Amino acid sequence: MSELHTDTVDRTIDRSQMKVSDEIAIEIVGMNKWYGTFHVLRDINLTVNRGERIVICGPSGSGKSTLIRCINALEEHQQGSIVVDGTLLSNDLKNIDRIRSEVGMCFQHFNLFPHLTILENCTLAPIWVRKTPKREAEETAMYFLEKVKIPEQADKYPGQLSGGQQQRVAIARSLCMRPRIMLFDEPTSALDPEMIKEVLDTMIQLAEEGMTMLCVTHEMGFARQVANRVIFMADGQIVEQNEPEEFFLNPQSDRTKQFLSQILGH
Amino acid sequence: MSETHSHSASYVRREMLPQQDPPALQTGAVKWLRENLFSGWLNTILTILSIFVVYWVLAHILPWMLGGIWTADSLTECREIRDQLYGEGGREVACWAVLVDRWHQLLFGFYPDDSYWRPILSLIVFGAAVAPVLYESVSRKLLLLTPLAPFIIFWLLWGGTIWGPLAVLAGFVLGWAVFRFGEPVIGSLGATLAAILVPILYWLFAAGPIASGLSSALPIGIESVPSDDFGGFMLALVIGIAGIVLSLPLGIVLALGRQSDLFIVNKFSVIFIEVIRGVPLIVWLFTASLLLNYFLPPGTNFDLMLRVIIMVTLFSSAYIAEVVRGGLAALPRGQYEGADSLGLDYWQSMRLVILPQALKISIPGIVSTFIGLFKDTTLVVFIGLLDPIGFSNSIRASTDWNGVYWELFIFIGLCFFICCFSMSRYSQFLERKLRTDHR
Repeated sequence: MSELHTDTVDRTIDRSQMKVSDEIAIEIVGMNKWYGTFHVLRDINLTVNRGERIVICGPSGSGKSTLIRCINALEEHQQGSIVVDGTLLSNDLKNIDRIRSEVGMCFQHFNLFPHLTILENCTLAPIWVRKTPKREAEETAMYFLEKVKIPEQADKYPGQLSGGQQQRVAIARSLCMRPRIMLFDEPTSALDPEMIKEVLDTMIQLAEEGMTMLCVTHEMGFARQVANRVIFMADGQIVEQNEPEEFFLNPQSDRTKQFLSQILGH
Repeated sequence: MSETHSHSASYVRREMLPQQDPPALQTGAVKWLRENLFSGWLNTILTILSIFVVYWVLAHILPWMLGGIWTADSLTECREIRDQLYGEGGREVACWAVLVDRWHQLLFGFYPDDSYWRPILSLIVFGAAVAPVLYESVSRKLLLLTPLAPFIIFWLLWGGTIWGPLAVLAGFVLGWAVFRFGEPVIGSLGATLAAILVPILYWLFAAGPIASGLSSALPIGIESVPSDDFGGFMLALVIGIAGIVLSLPLGIVLALGRQSDLFIVNKFSVIFIEVIRGVPLIVWLFTASLLLNYFLPPGTNFDLMLRVIIMVTLFSSAYIAEVVRGGLAALPRGQYEGADSLGLDYWQSMRLVILPQALKISIPGIVSTFIGLFKDTTLVVFIGLLDPIGFSNSIRASTDWNGVYWELFIFIGLCFFICCFSMSRYSQFLERKLRTDHR
């Protein structure tokens, strides 16, 4: 099993808080999505319980990013239903904004606001969406910046930080809204190898605190050690899902076997 | 592979090299001269040639300008003085006396002499009102003046009863109040519509009677100056500044409209921008001065200057819209998504995330549109408004100054240059200030 061991996760993970409850966080039923006439997502059914840590993997173009972007309505779906935290995702803008403020998201390219300082990046949404008083929002922001271990950068601009630091700020920025669900869209794909670890550590820390997480990632070490479920997608469909141990040791479909042999083979 | 390493593949550096100063000949003025002026025989020749050309031009212009005559009552007198000083046909010099004699017309037009303090005070008020907007270091208290400044300046320039501007100002307060107290009751969309409709109805039907009622009850006012008396550089400034101040927000709204998914809003913005931009400004000015009279109900006297300001504003807002759209398009989609994913609504994400960055990118384009607008105000001479160019014509038409060209145009050019150059410098200052990417 040595080929599954990547050195990105080298500490023992505290699983005491990682509890999957019966409460449903996200429920996707019969969801279909088209880009023009191209059928990107086909009959997606997925239920995520609170406290789950799900890793979604698959070849590029398989629709994994599109899937998690549908959950906070960055992409709209044409068929089926998505219920997030008990709220049905509809075209109502108020509704969408409410779901977005409950669901944190981290992007591949961080998408920090370059014209604002780190602290302002973190306090913007709490102040304007949650109407938190400025001082309180700043205290929260500093708390989370300390959590991702970069409080000393608070007054700098995103452009002055390394990629890993920027991604950690992006995580802190999402956390400042106190989300109940976090979505990660390839958070480490744009980073140098040295920086991947610091971001993964932050994500592991989040998982240890019991956050419900959906991660699109190619970090199989992370998937194996942190996820409670791995979903494999290909051609816009969920091809296989299983507990990580089973998924990696005993893949069922040919498509999955092929994918795993490609990413773990070298 | 270099020589030192060639004997073996393994090499370990034992000590790291400290930082050193560059060689002496590679720094300082000598290096600069060698690199930039005399880097080869061709460049040396070109340098010498350029120096000669600059000298030749200055040798002709400077004596003409510096030797200029400042005190004379007419061009003929100017020439007599010149001949006395330099001998008949000795030397051509400028006759600045025309500026001494007519500066008040070039600057103020036919504005009453005893009221020059009013435009000057307006300029000071304007400066005080924009200073806190332009520079962060200026006291924030001055921001209180900023929204009031248009009304103060309007009253100072045109004069008349103070109740007119106050009644108009009250309309804005009314709109704000309707929104503030209406929002909890009828929702934000209804409140926004009401906040637009109520003031418009108020201005159309109530503001006039209220103002005239108040002014007859409590006549406070200064001597009224009709728009016809406005002229000279002051006219260019009033039209230019009003156009600049009004066209920026309008242009931003149009740019957002053009990006909007709402069909009607989108198509309206596109058609507006393309029609306005596709027709020369001078045509719009003629439309303002001649055609609008056909469409307005008979008997309405709609101030020509106001019409020109509206046309100039619409015209430059179409350009601003396109410049801002360029800025919006240059932002990566991730910025929109980042703002969306945090739950900011459309207006919040525009105001807090998208526009600050898009406008920063658009600064050079916006400022050059402003500069263009400001210089284009000279076109109003064709519809009979006496801007500085118009006055230069009328000054030459007088017997005293028939034949003076350069002096007037240099003065007018200098006035415009000072304004435009300041705008340009400010835009560079702003770009430097807002640069947050790598410092």
